[in-house]
Amino acid sequence: MDLSYTDEELAFRDEVRAFLDEKLPKEMAAKVAGRGELTREEMEKWHAILNEKGWLAPNWPEEYGGCAWNAVQKHIFEEECAFANAPRIVPFGLSMLAPVLMKFGSQEQRDHYLPRILNGDDWWCQGYSEPGAGSDLASLKTRAVRDGDHYIVNGQKTWTTMGQHADWIFCLVRTDTDVKQQEGISFLLIDMNTPGIEVRPIILLDGTHEVNEVWFTDVKVPVENLVGEENKGWTYAKYLLTHERTNIAGVGNSQAGLDAVKRMARAEIHNGRPLIENPQFAARMAQAEIDLMAMATTNLRIVSKAAVGQAPGVEASMLKVKGTVIRQEINDLARRAAGPYAMPFPSEAVEGDNDPIGPEYAGPVSAAYFNNRKLSIFGGSNEIQRGIIAKVTMGV
Amino acid sequence: MNFDLTEERQMLQDTLRRFLSDKYDTAARNAILDSETGLSEDIWNGLAELGIIGALFSEDYGGFGGAGFDIAVVFEELGRAGVVEPMLDTAILGGGLLAALGDDAQKEMVEEVIGGALHLAVAHGEPASRYDLNRVETTAKAAGDSIVLNGRKAVVVNAEAADHLIVSARESGAVGDVDGISLFVVPSDAAGLTMRGYALMAGGRAAEVTLDDVSVPASARLGEAGKALPAIENAVAAANVALAAETMGAMQSATELTKDYLMTRKQFGRPIGTFQALAHRMSDMLIELEQARSAVINAAGHLESDSRIRDMQIASARNLMGRVGRLVAEESIQMHGGIAMTQEYELAHIAKRITMADHRFGDTDYHLERFIALSAA
Repeated sequence: MDLSYTDEELAFRDEVRAFLDEKLPKEMAAKVAGRGELTREEMEKWHAILNEKGWLAPNWPEEYGGCAWNAVQKHIFEEECAFANAPRIVPFGLSMLAPVLMKFGSQEQRDHYLPRILNGDDWWCQGYSEPGAGSDLASLKTRAVRDGDHYIVNGQKTWTTMGQHADWIFCLVRTDTDVKQQEGISFLLIDMNTPGIEVRPIILLDGTHEVNEVWFTDVKVPVENLVGEENKGWTYAKYLLTHERTNIAGVGNSQAGLDAVKRMARAEIHNGRPLIENPQFAARMAQAEIDLMAMATTNLRIVSKAAVGQAPGVEASMLKVKGTVIRQEINDLARRAAGPYAMPFPSEAVEGDNDPIGPEYAGPVSAAYFNNRKLSIFGGSNEIQRGIIAKVTMGV
Repeated sequence: MNFDLTEERQMLQDTLRRFLSDKYDTAARNAILDSETGLSEDIWNGLAELGIIGALFSEDYGGFGGAGFDIAVVFEELGRAGVVEPMLDTAILGGGLLAALGDDAQKEMVEEVIGGALHLAVAHGEPASRYDLNRVETTAKAAGDSIVLNGRKAVVVNAEAADHLIVSARESGAVGDVDGISLFVVPSDAAGLTMRGYALMAGGRAAEVTLDDVSVPASARLGEAGKALPAIENAVAAANVALAAETMGAMQSATELTKDYLMTRKQFGRPIGTFQALAHRMSDMLIELEQARSAVINAAGHLESDSRIRDMQIASARNLMGRVGRLVAEESIQMHGGIAMTQEYELAHIAKRITMADHRFGDTDYHLERFIALSAA
């Protein structure tokens, strides 16, 4: 047992830090730290900077342009990016669709789409959830009917993250209604510019527009846009979900969040003393930190298992639950640390050319608190994860 | 012992609940949230006509209530409907201070408040004061027959709509001293008074108020010079009862919405409420809601008690409401899933009301600390 990074791993960390220090635009990092909404151009810019360095796709095999990193290096990279407030790379093309195409796509699909994903030519979004199919994803109803060289698609997807920017959507659609739910689903690639597609914004409770409804009315999709075999889409979807789970614990985000809470608690004065000296607040903060320290090591234990080729199973579900609970607790601490200045609506507090209303750190905290309630809902809710843990460990 | 509402209060509750269920549905409220003023004069006048504002004042000031249970009944209903109109600011804080300290002319303003014609805001908190009521840096200095105010007031709720601001300022002593704080009734269009207004996360509006050599006559002083803190504490005690009741009302709505959703939303071929993992959590919320109701009763029933007993009950109610409110808001959202994250869904607003109440007059930790200090005394 050795709890420290090796010399090679430390050298790698320094290399990542130097890169971030040099290449991550300062104004972009400040925006991420302040939870400002990044523009499409800003997200594309960071994508291009990473691509130029060859660090855009750590999880891809080298033959497709990935990095020859082991699991510990990938972890270091993700953690350093979070510490530095680098924008999150939009995962839909890079981390979700690409692995599916590599394993199940045709040679033509791989040759066409993968380089375009790396170059940022296509912005992808994910068409999974439907109004009636959330946790029970397999009950999805969006219908695709074969008609000569095309499928005709009708139905509705929802919670489509950044669908307003997307050029393409990968969709789970029902191609057979006469079989068991899971056996009648196919995986289709659909050009968002096809007639019959309408994107409607959903405004979240913090006022942000990050998700959408996507409506399909008689949308014609060429049959060559089918991935793999018809009616095998559920298998591909499950494969994709295992790749959705990189950085699932969010250790770096939590650490950065906790550092921010400490800075706030040093600045806020209560009864003439800094809030960080207040026993109630200090105890709550310490508990979050204790939980985070243990989870960071759990995460590393799982990461180093993966580094020698053992696939994480139920541990991914455990990390999702614990990781989101800790992040949400830190969001709650930040909200409380800000005091009355957590009350202004965030768009007025952090956007535009206005000076911040209260202390700069207070502007985004209540929005972050409400927005991050999503962490325990999306990507398989924490209830679904607990079900998986019970099923795997107890067979129930 | 009798926990039933009096006949009058039962009528008050029925009237208000009917009015709000007719006039204040999600669509109507979302329109108010999107409006520039962040409040509806129609709703305000309707509430005044029904006597809702009058119920918050005793007969001495032209009302017909004013006790802790009157405040609790009104604010529970406002909370149920997620009302954003500034009843707390104009009536409980502003009207309460005028009634407690006003001379005859100032007391007459209370009648205008009851009639719905006058809006008020209390400008007490400052950028560095957090929830500490004694920390006042704003200064008041005599200049001939006038008094000149200088300073900045933070997150002054309802400031833009207010006809008058009740401004606290220090006439003597050091920042943090209990003595030396005075209150002044300042017209909102006074020269040297500027506002930077903004919308609030849970609805309504507030402003940062800057006082730059604002000159008022000595007759603008509310109560005795330098002795305003006890009255401020009394007004905030009433406001805490109101906030606790409002939060409890909002928690009722959150649990009702969640209960309905669990029994209508189907996944895996059955209502999700039939999954025990969710059913038990729903039960926990209902248990905590009863705790909240009792805490509100304790606080409201002791609003007129001596200040140590009163403040212990209030600290305990606000601490419990902070803990239980967080549980109810977060669990309601979680059990709904994505739909509760959307701006236009009723629960999103209700959850924001519950959560952001924790940022006025002390949060969960602040009230725990107060309770510890008071119970050790």
